[in-house]
Amino acid sequence: MTIDNLVQIDHVTFGYDRRRLILTDVSLEFPRGKVVAIMGSSGSGKTTLLRLIGGVIRPQSGTILFDGEPVDPSDTDKLFAVRRRLGMLFQFGALFTDLNTFENVAFPLREHTNLPDSMIRDIVLLKLNAVGLRGAASLRIAEVSGGMARRIALARAIALDPELIMYDEPFAGLDPISVGVTANLIRSLNDATDATSLIVSHDVEECFQICDYAYLISSGRVAGHGTAAQLRASEDPEVRQFIRGEPDGPVRFHYPAGPIEQDLGLSG
Amino acid sequence: MNPLDLLAALGARVMGWLNALGHASLFFGDLVRHTPAALRRFDLVVVQIYAIGNLSLVIIITSGAAVGGVLALQAYYALDRYGAAESVGLLVALSLLRELGPVLTSLLYAGRAGTSLTAEIGLMKAGEQLAAMEMMAVDPRSRVLAPRFVAGIVSLPLLAAIFSAVGVGGAYLIAVKLIGIDSAAFWSQMQDGVDVFKDVGNGMVKTIVFGVASTFIALYMGYESEATPEGVAKATTRTVVFSSVTVLVLDFLLTSLMFSIKS
Repeated sequence: MTIDNLVQIDHVTFGYDRRRLILTDVSLEFPRGKVVAIMGSSGSGKTTLLRLIGGVIRPQSGTILFDGEPVDPSDTDKLFAVRRRLGMLFQFGALFTDLNTFENVAFPLREHTNLPDSMIRDIVLLKLNAVGLRGAASLRIAEVSGGMARRIALARAIALDPELIMYDEPFAGLDPISVGVTANLIRSLNDATDATSLIVSHDVEECFQICDYAYLISSGRVAGHGTAAQLRASEDPEVRQFIRGEPDGPVRFHYPAGPIEQDLGLSG
Repeated sequence: MNPLDLLAALGARVMGWLNALGHASLFFGDLVRHTPAALRRFDLVVVQIYAIGNLSLVIIITSGAAVGGVLALQAYYALDRYGAAESVGLLVALSLLRELGPVLTSLLYAGRAGTSLTAEIGLMKAGEQLAAMEMMAVDPRSRVLAPRFVAGIVSLPLLAAIFSAVGVGGAYLIAVKLIGIDSAAFWSQMQDGVDVFKDVGNGMVKTIVFGVASTFIALYMGYESEATPEGVAKATTRTVVFSSVTVLVLDFLLTSLMFSIKS
């Protein structure tokens, strides 16, 4: 085990039922202080990896280590202790709609610390300032745009200065400017806080601009991994198809089916 | 259909029900287990008492007054035949305190507050708010579900008491002011005939039981709903249906137990 890895996934196999495995014998490493991307097509198991690291689900086999300790979903106290050290940005923010912007960011501080209101106020405003939304502190969640909601959720995710920040499809559904802003924020926050960032995305170009290392998940296994330059230069057909966005290749366009003549009743 | 296939289908259906019952029992156990945590955060419970209780007052008061008035009318027409019209107050009070207050309040609660709870929890789940809370090491059962559970158990008896009180007031308006029954007879018969423990107390016990059942059902349906608009819609309908049937069945059982024991 490399002590420089904050998170280590060793030979993990997982499926929501025994007949269909999502991940088969995958191993990944997430070095401290780095931005690592997990890429792959829809349904490849990227978000499942986040759920495994967060202890939401348990693998059928293999181990997941956080800072050298196994992530055990059955031990609630230990699991919650791990979760207090990580922050997660959900795909659509998952903001609490009954709280305003300020209270959303303050939520983890109020739940996990005994800080006085004045100090919480300062911390929240600093976090909102880091994502460019200090002026939006009093807005209700229904009043903010999708991009703003994503940034508020990011401010909430870093409220407790986590060691690991996980991003689930942070660029999905955003306009080009918001994508650029979000990517810039992910990189700058990671560098400023010395955190480790894990991005799940299928946005190749944005990930390559900000990540130090990347894994490509395909058909439930690691199809390729390396730096952006290494992956661009890869000759592996699955890696090439994904990086170049080719419509057909090892990942087939057509969902498995019999001959079309049979379905149309044309076979003799 | 092949008899063996029919048997297999029936078996699968029964196993499904047993599985759901077991799942619901575990959920109920979780709610009870997290109740002390909710009581330690009583500010959260107070917020929910306002949402569940205070915001139900309009419908409770309106319905209570209407039911009390209707009861008085119907009771008068029945009792007047036997020259016992002055017992209207007593009949109305006993009906409200023992049965109609607890049951009708619970049915209105299921329709108004229960569906609101189900929809809220279901939408929180669909919007990943509960998952976000878990990932922030905050247990949603302690932070979200248990305070609502406690608030429901506290609110329902209070709402039932208000329903019954307003109902008696409505009956007074109809019986005394409109029909002309003697006011002294109206109140004195009520005072003589209503027992604090047997009538008021048992009615309160019923509402506490109904509160536990209705609130649990509302929270369970929301928590287990599919994370889609259709799923939440189905869950709110199930909340009303299951809560109503459960309240009526429990009412029968509790009434048999409480009011068949000779004092």
